Amino acid sequence: MRHLLTLALAAFATIAPLAALAQGGPLRIEITEGVIEPLPFAVPNFVPENAAAASMAAQIARVVSEDLTGTGLFREIPASAHISQVSSFSSPVQYADWKAINAQALITGAVSMDGGGRLTVKFRLYDVFAGQELGSGLQFSGTEAGWRRMAHKVADAVYSRITGEGGYFDSRVVYVSETGPKDNRRKRLAIMDYDGANLQFLTDSASIVLAPRFSPSGDRVLYTSYETGRPQIFVLDVASVGRRVLPTQGGNMAFSPRFGPNGQTVVYSMEQGGNTDLYMMNVASGQSTRLTNAPSIETAPSFSPDGSRIVFESDRSGTPQVYVMSASGGEATRISFGQGRYGTPVWSPRGDLIAFTKQSKGRFHIGVMRTDGSEERLLTASFLDEGPTWSPNGRVIMFTRETQGAQGASSLYSVDITGRNLKRVRTDGGASDPAWSPLQN
Amino acid sequence: MSILNRAAILLIAALALSACSNKDRFDNAGAGAGGAGSGAGAGVVPGSANDPASPAYFQQAVGDRVLFLVDQSTLTDEGRATLDGQAQWLLTNTDYQATIEGHADEQGTREYNLALGARRANTVREYLLSKGVAGTRLKTVSYGKERPIEICSEEACYAKNRRAVTVIAAGGLTS
Repeated sequence: MRHLLTLALAAFATIAPLAALAQGGPLRIEITEGVIEPLPFAVPNFVPENAAAASMAAQIARVVSEDLTGTGLFREIPASAHISQVSSFSSPVQYADWKAINAQALITGAVSMDGGGRLTVKFRLYDVFAGQELGSGLQFSGTEAGWRRMAHKVADAVYSRITGEGGYFDSRVVYVSETGPKDNRRKRLAIMDYDGANLQFLTDSASIVLAPRFSPSGDRVLYTSYETGRPQIFVLDVASVGRRVLPTQGGNMAFSPRFGPNGQTVVYSMEQGGNTDLYMMNVASGQSTRLTNAPSIETAPSFSPDGSRIVFESDRSGTPQVYVMSASGGEATRISFGQGRYGTPVWSPRGDLIAFTKQSKGRFHIGVMRTDGSEERLLTASFLDEGPTWSPNGRVIMFTRETQGAQGASSLYSVDITGRNLKRVRTDGGASDPAWSPLQN
Repeated sequence: MSILNRAAILLIAALALSACSNKDRFDNAGAGAGGAGSGAGAGVVPGSANDPASPAYFQQAVGDRVLFLVDQSTLTDEGRATLDGQAQWLLTNTDYQATIEGHADEQGTREYNLALGARRANTVREYLLSKGVAGTRLKTVSYGKERPIEICSEEACYAKNRRAVTVIAAGGLTS
């Protein structure tokens, strides 16, 4: 199915333990401390170990470079500045040549392709100024079609070794693709790699679709569709693109579905007689229980990573605000107290932060706060920013930005949780409601 | 009247929308509906907007929509007047059913606006029920901010987008 790639066994080398460096400590970026100067690295084209792998070897190195530089934490030293040429994966590294051009990290790799179209990628990461390898070499193999995933896995390993954080490059994004004018927008579900590659449409544009979310293993997508004439919850299998409506009894509209961390439960909103409350469904049995029972709007729920709590949006105070309650319902605690309206809370995969949309003084913001509502920080500001989703490592947030006016259009943006590195995500045309997958296996 | 005092912007917006809540037209609607049986003989084209028994007449002369203030789902005086006309039409033309579509402007998050639109649609439904229209004839659906009719990013457009529209369908159609 979706396992294009099997992660192969590690280690070509057992490596000396990381020693302290002669100058300035080990090769490491502390992301939380605010990087001013990106870390310079070099990634020469990977060495093709047979003729069939030649073009792939260069492309893989480019994707590794784009992943790393795209974080804003790394800066590539271009090949034109390289002194040493890496012609063999096993030949010793000429550290002096890389030091001379101030490449603090060096990534080398090799690619081979067998007769059956199976691609194998291996790489090593060097701490140039320490004059030694950082971690041990790794090897991945998979189908030729999955070559970008192997590049992302290399970049994830490099990122992880240098930052001490989990990676996020080998991941996907499901979102709503938009075409047509503002008063006749056509929407359909689309899925792509996190960097915009490998776009695939999952539904046609006959019905409005909204707010997709991945299952915890990334194999299914929940979303809201008007396919039956009114908003209902659908679950779609990513591999087969088969879909079915989830049964919700007793209500008029059902929407805003999110998986629980076990993938067996779905929390969602159901509207009945104009009133919207939260419900929890057991996916296997289709049975739902009611979590909230208030005349106000309760929607946009999100589970804590351990599944014990749910953060959601409610206007029970008169304006939309963010609340936390037990995953079994009951008393909820309000956690948003700043000026303005708060919505679309999303619990970080690390559990430490909640991302949200804030509307204040005619502007929209994406922000983060601690799970008790303290230490609110706004990361963006624009005419309309909404709907944050977390990278698998909890370091980056992707969201929808819509421009103002009659020609207004939506696109996807990402921003680091430090507020740096705001940039547009490459999509094919208009895009909204992104949801980031977990890291792929 | 208190309508002008209440919300001048809304009134202007409503007038721009083919005078949907014009009092005279509403009164005519009541009179016309009473004589619907003989209307077709007096130069009225059946099914056209000057046939008081037609959905086109409902849409254009009675007024198919009511507007809401920011974040609100309560009816304005003007909205109630429009809905009085809708109720009267529905009580006269019992072969028709209605779907009330609730909408919000773009100044809000997607899922919240979906819930807000549902609240607005339901407010209209409740009002029509209170005037005697059978609940089995009235469905609701919300489009949140997905289907604006005006596309500028200014209050003049937002005011028209914060709406609940009563869409008439032939009675044979059921859910």
